[in-house]
Amino acid sequence: MKENSMLLQKQLLADHFDALARARDEGKKVVYTFVPGNLNELVRSFDLLPVLPEINALQSGMRKLSGGYITEAEKSGHSEDVCTYVKCDIGMLRKGNIGPTGKPLPKPDLLLLSYTGCFTFMKWFELLREEYDCPVAMLHVPYQSEGRIEPHQREYIVQQLRSEIIPKLEQVSGREFDIEKLRSMLRLSSKAEDDLVWVLESAKNTPSPIDAFFAGVYYLGPIFSAFRGTEDAVQYYRTLRGEIEERIANKEGPITPDGPMKGERYRLVVEGPPNWTSFRDFWKMFYEEDAVVVASTYTKVGGLYDQGFRHDPDHPLETLADYALGCYTNLSLPARVDLLARYIRDYRADGFLVNSVKSCNSFSVGQLLMLRQLEERTGVPGAFIESDLVDPRYFSAANIKNRIESYLQMLDQKRGAA
Amino acid sequence: MACTESECVADCVRRAETLAFADPPPHSIGYMPIYVPRELIHAAGLLPAGLYGGGDRLEIIRGDAYFQSYICRIPRSTIELALSGHLDRLDGMLFPSICDVIRNLSGMWQMLFPDRYVRYIDVPQNFDPAVGGRFWRHELETLRRDMERIAGRPIDDEALRNSIAVYNENRAAIRELYAQRSRAPWRFPLSEAYLVLRAGNSVPPEEHTALIRDYIRGAENDLSRREMDQSRVVLAGMFCEQPPHGLLVTLERAGCAVVDDDLFLGMRWIQGDIPLDGDPLQNLVDAYLTASATTASRYSPEGHRAKWLLESYRRNEAEGVIFCAPSFCDPALLEQPMLVAALDRAGIPHTEFKYSEDTGQFAVIREQAGTFSDSIRLWSAS
Repeated sequence: MKENSMLLQKQLLADHFDALARARDEGKKVVYTFVPGNLNELVRSFDLLPVLPEINALQSGMRKLSGGYITEAEKSGHSEDVCTYVKCDIGMLRKGNIGPTGKPLPKPDLLLLSYTGCFTFMKWFELLREEYDCPVAMLHVPYQSEGRIEPHQREYIVQQLRSEIIPKLEQVSGREFDIEKLRSMLRLSSKAEDDLVWVLESAKNTPSPIDAFFAGVYYLGPIFSAFRGTEDAVQYYRTLRGEIEERIANKEGPITPDGPMKGERYRLVVEGPPNWTSFRDFWKMFYEEDAVVVASTYTKVGGLYDQGFRHDPDHPLETLADYALGCYTNLSLPARVDLLARYIRDYRADGFLVNSVKSCNSFSVGQLLMLRQLEERTGVPGAFIESDLVDPRYFSAANIKNRIESYLQMLDQKRGAA
Repeated sequence: MACTESECVADCVRRAETLAFADPPPHSIGYMPIYVPRELIHAAGLLPAGLYGGGDRLEIIRGDAYFQSYICRIPRSTIELALSGHLDRLDGMLFPSICDVIRNLSGMWQMLFPDRYVRYIDVPQNFDPAVGGRFWRHELETLRRDMERIAGRPIDDEALRNSIAVYNENRAAIRELYAQRSRAPWRFPLSEAYLVLRAGNSVPPEEHTALIRDYIRGAENDLSRREMDQSRVVLAGMFCEQPPHGLLVTLERAGCAVVDDDLFLGMRWIQGDIPLDGDPLQNLVDAYLTASATTASRYSPEGHRAKWLLESYRRNEAEGVIFCAPSFCDPALLEQPMLVAALDRAGIPHTEFKYSEDTGQFAVIREQAGTFSDSIRLWSAS
């Protein structure tokens, strides 16, 4: 049985894709952009409709369509070596650009290239620019290489917002920038973010009432994508929080596709994105063993709210800059290790697992060193598995299951020895 | 006894080869591809040492343990060089923003060598002087202070102007080498010119400029070099991880005269001379914004990803293009479909293959490049 928050999210998504399908007829303009560091409040303040190609790609993965799309892109000359999100998107475009609800997606009026934490984004939208022949607004977000946000980095982004992004949004929408509208949306973002953080931190309870990775990606859906800064997102997170409060009161574990988890034998932290093509099978490998993920880094690619960041309506452009700078994949590797070590400690994890995906060098390069450093620093043993985001050829179920089972057995032995 | 011209060239190439694969000397700052403002390092009395991986001359023993199989080769050989002590004499390492691999490698360096100087060089992707220019100036001011601290001496404007002049000379010599190669590729084969260029990663620029000029003079006067029946091609995709030298030899033996390429692009990143008057730091900033080379890791606000390639093809009177990119190289491979489409629209012949820096078997590449070269000649003759 689905909970109210699940139904609410499903409706939100359906309404959004319906609005996109009607956009041309209703004269609405459409902006394609990326998840990390996105400027959803700013885009929405111009009454523009966002489309997030990464979300389309992962939905294609979950609907078992990505393999065909990737093949289509590779047939047209895209290398087998590069990001499968990009190839899935290009393949989907060649097959009619049909969105997750079965309705066609409109062409973009603007490609808002938020170059945050991922080099591939730049090439992705250059490829789309060739397909669509529409303007591109580029927001270059510098890397937090020294483990902190430098004032000149913030200033650089704010200047780009003023001189490049806002003028192009004005041009495409035909509207003037309304800073008060932006502020009011940022106020709503902050409200939703408070409840989201409460939800994520509920995993500190024993048993954890949530799975902070597999269920976490659903919880993050509205705030990472088209709904941050809307009343809908506030309502969603309030509803979700209420449900989880009830679960805590009843000492219930997370809800899985096969119903509520009965026991909690292993508390894990996960680094890296999930595999989408076998998402449920992958999740099942954990909950069948009573393993629950209590914290994850993938759920921070759209913002480190649990580390204190909130959108600040009093400093609207500066807060958008800080948000973009602070996304997980824009952190230095030492900062990522620090964060994971904190998660392992604060969430009292028995172990941590790295899911290294072939498509995403931004995540993957350095993960083997991170694993070693985390083991040394925390004394908690780690596991390492490899898969991909949306390429079904890179998900070897038997191999991954075997590794997870062996790892959990090792955790048991370690407990026994202690 | 005086040596013949061909012996002089052979000496020059041997010297270049020795330098090309040497360890960086003391008081050097290592940098990864593609672009860093070497003038700032030089002005501090330090040597900018370009690190382009271990090639096919380094056995990877520990480096592979740090990277998954789907990561390109250059980070694993660079880590291997560091862990095996080859980079111990470096006073620091710079990692320019070229791709996510090099970016994350900077963090790995911070973790593996916490006592060493490491800096990520975040080049701007916004080219408005008031926006990207201001940001880049701040980055350069920080780098200048860091170099001063490492060298233990200030970098005054005069020293910086002098270094800009030295690198202007170096870039002019490289431009001349490319122009000569384009005019007479049989006289300046890439397999030699590559070594002469690569030597510049481990010697002072003044010495490198002299080496290039010696080589040009020697090869120009070597009358034993005869025009060959080859197809004129442009190579694209080799701006970061380097091909093994044997691959370049193979292309030539397969009938390809390489008239332009993007090897060691950082050495000629700035197209033309940087002015010497006024504020030298601002001149470096402006040069980056207005006179940078075009490549896959740099955003082109105006679009036309293939414009540079089409221009090179026409300027060098090439007959075909070979895309020759390292396996798993995101910038080059993501860009390739856009370039291929543009060449197809222009009716320009092209072929594609991949390599890694330790590729050891060239039979397939030789066949492919040979067939490509033959087809160009047959096609051109008809």
